[in-house]
Amino acid sequence: MEPYPSGLTSTLTATSQPSIEFKNVRLGFAEGEILRGVTFSAQERETVILLGETGTGKTLLLKLASGLLRPDSGSIQVLGKDISGIPESELLEIRRQIGFVFQEGALFDSLTVGENVAYRLHEDGVSEEEIQPRVEEVLRFVDLAHTSDLFPPELSGGMRRRVSIARALIARPPIVLYDSPTAGLDPITSQTIISLILRLRDVYGVTALLATHRLQDGFALANFHFDPQAKKVRRDSSPEAAQTAPTRFLVLRAGTIYFEGTPDELMKSPDPYLQRFLI
Amino acid sequence: MADTPIQAAPQEARAPEVPSVVEVLQDLAKTSVLKVQNYSILSLHALTNLASGPRYIQDTLEQMDDIGVGSLPIVLLSGFFIGAVMVLQTGTQFERFGQASLTGDIVSLALVRELGPSITGLLVAGRCSSGIASELGSMLVTEQVDAMRAMGTDPSRKLVTPRVLAALITLPLLTTISVFVGLIGGMVASVLSLRINATTFWERAIKILEFSDIMQGFSKSVVFALILATVGCYQGLNVRGGTQGVGRATTQAVVVSSVLIIVSDTFLTKIALYLADKFF
Repeated sequence: MEPYPSGLTSTLTATSQPSIEFKNVRLGFAEGEILRGVTFSAQERETVILLGETGTGKTLLLKLASGLLRPDSGSIQVLGKDISGIPESELLEIRRQIGFVFQEGALFDSLTVGENVAYRLHEDGVSEEEIQPRVEEVLRFVDLAHTSDLFPPELSGGMRRRVSIARALIARPPIVLYDSPTAGLDPITSQTIISLILRLRDVYGVTALLATHRLQDGFALANFHFDPQAKKVRRDSSPEAAQTAPTRFLVLRAGTIYFEGTPDELMKSPDPYLQRFLI
Repeated sequence: MADTPIQAAPQEARAPEVPSVVEVLQDLAKTSVLKVQNYSILSLHALTNLASGPRYIQDTLEQMDDIGVGSLPIVLLSGFFIGAVMVLQTGTQFERFGQASLTGDIVSLALVRELGPSITGLLVAGRCSSGIASELGSMLVTEQVDAMRAMGTDPSRKLVTPRVLAALITLPLLTTISVFVGLIGGMVASVLSLRINATTFWERAIKILEFSDIMQGFSKSVVFALILATVGCYQGLNVRGGTQGVGRATTQAVVVSSVLIIVSDTFLTKIALYLADKFF
């Protein structure tokens, strides 16, 4: 499996500003307040793993980060721009800088896999001559080059997730948001998805927020790295590896950040609530 | 607070408060006003989107094919038999006064002014408003609409405007076809049942029509098109409660658009008659 060619390298440029920054964000619905003052940031090339029980607001944080939802109060900065109060027309432009991998894929049923992946390029008015090779490259990246003419209902759950990743990557976004990318998948398929996320992080340096309730996904991202030379995923927990591709855990509980720290700090925490995740 | 239903975090158990009748009525009124407001905004955006890009011409053509060509068989069939049954009903009454030749006049006026636009509107609403609601509702519950937004596409431009524009173009055309086929049905019934000469029927049917009659039928079909497309889109994009909600939205789309077509027909008739009296 060949990684992205040079043309698909992320448009990320190094600055000291966080890629994503939440400041005291609150959000509620008719059923009650879900997020009660969430503050955190994700630096460039950092992977932040949002861990928490079902219903703690992990998906909400991703939707807030992409502007699909607006906070009741607080501010959200994405790539240096405050998106909490800007009009939808400006948000559409910001969203073009973000790839979103939905939990169930959210592929367009009436379009083929190839058309799904090419969707954003069609929207941007890219010529057909340019679209075709780029779609093939991205589908090769997720190892699904043979599925271009199939429709989403003809694919397995894991394949749909991989197509969703390919669709999120086609526009070379500097930020990718993953909503429970391994939920409901068998361990082998989950491993394939995590390997893809690892490659994206280590080869293209994307900033990522990954919502999950599976601790093993987070530890896999922290302890494994993709070696572009060998084109293999290797176990590497060294501080150097952690420096080049930092991974941080945020544990959500009762609408706030309950824990924030490195995988090592999470492992060593004596907190009984956190210990429940480690069992 | 936003109004999207989601799972709430565990709260402390407390005794449920029973709302008073006034509170219930207040909530009902607020919800109704909010729905009308949201529907109006959606309809307004659908129309104002026409003034600026991006324009989804391919999607509009596909919708025109679905709404226009797809509805043609039912419009042709029902139009023919409505014209025929109009002749059978009115012709026998005119015959009693020896004025059977007036049948062409009355059938023509009824079809052009009233039955053509309203029956076609109701038929297309039954077929397409429900289809639009179920399609968009399914997209919403499977997060396809969110995915579209996440990729920088405005669903109002991509999903609503092409459907509204397609309905605005095709419904007047379908209405015209329906009226024409209805007159053919009326002519056939006149010839076979009332023994009226076909030429006489056509001559009277055409001569009786004035510009105001045609404008009345045309303006009604435009308004009905706007109603059936926007109601379908609104119901589809406001689905709550998964696949069961999609079913409810589909039913609601047909019911609401049909009722709105009938109610608006009354007001449009009154306005058209007033304008015809004043200006034509």
